[in-house]
Amino acid sequence: MISAVIGGSLIGLAAVWLYLSLGRIAGISGIAANALKANAWPLMFVVGLGAGGWLAYALTGGRPQVSLDENQALWLIAAGIIVGIGTRLGSGCTSGHGVCGVSRLSRRSIVATLVFLGVGMLVATTVAGVLS
Amino acid sequence: MKNVSALVAGMLFGAGLVIAGMTNPAKVLAFLTLGAGWDATLIFVLGAAVIVAATGYALVGRRASPLFDDEFHAPASTVIDARLIGGAALFGVGWGLSGFCPGPAIVGALTLDIRAVVFLIAFVVGVLAYERLLAPPVATRVDG
Repeated sequence: MISAVIGGSLIGLAAVWLYLSLGRIAGISGIAANALKANAWPLMFVVGLGAGGWLAYALTGGRPQVSLDENQALWLIAAGIIVGIGTRLGSGCTSGHGVCGVSRLSRRSIVATLVFLGVGMLVATTVAGVLS
Repeated sequence: MKNVSALVAGMLFGAGLVIAGMTNPAKVLAFLTLGAGWDATLIFVLGAAVIVAATGYALVGRRASPLFDDEFHAPASTVIDARLIGGAALFGVGWGLSGFCPGPAIVGALTLDIRAVVFLIAFVVGVLAYERLLAPPVATRVDG
């Protein structure tokens, strides 16, 4: 609970800092797409994501040990392609719509967030039911 | 200063995602899977982020311009169309299948989580496929 609130507050702070300093919305799918085009500040933001991740793992007791089998890999590949297309088509993801857009009371972002939360819950709950 | 500012923002964001547990797809799926064992803590992540961001945006919005640029670049579109709904729905499908969204996937991949590496490569393929096949003309594009 405490770590959820601390982590969420840092995410909010990051969004505010990016808006105060550069006037930009912290939408990660959009920033990632621009980083792929070798734009400077989006690339630096992505580098920061990794650096912040390493720092947080160092402070909180290390990275988890994870493994991956072939079925999981195929599953993740399908999901990754769908998320790549969907977030560009819908102009945002959890960060751009869910955190920044909702905070700005953008109607587009509130609708998008309700849709991806609802669909995400439907899909995850259905898959869990089928696999159990 | 733009690059340093973006680096700092990314670091805060990446650290926040790790501390909040968002980089653990099992935790995200436990939030998205309703029923016995539902993990509600991600509501507190989103809630805290929105409260801090809404407060900060309101304060920053009083300024004429950001610190290191001439103008703010918040998206102005208010159009709710099939692209927005369809895109959000597709994203929801992929998120619900995997427990990964783009931010945690990037943090995970850069901290050498093999699952995130695989997801992120596929994500990039999806983004590039979109740019080639589905992107509208640049003039009408709206990023949120």
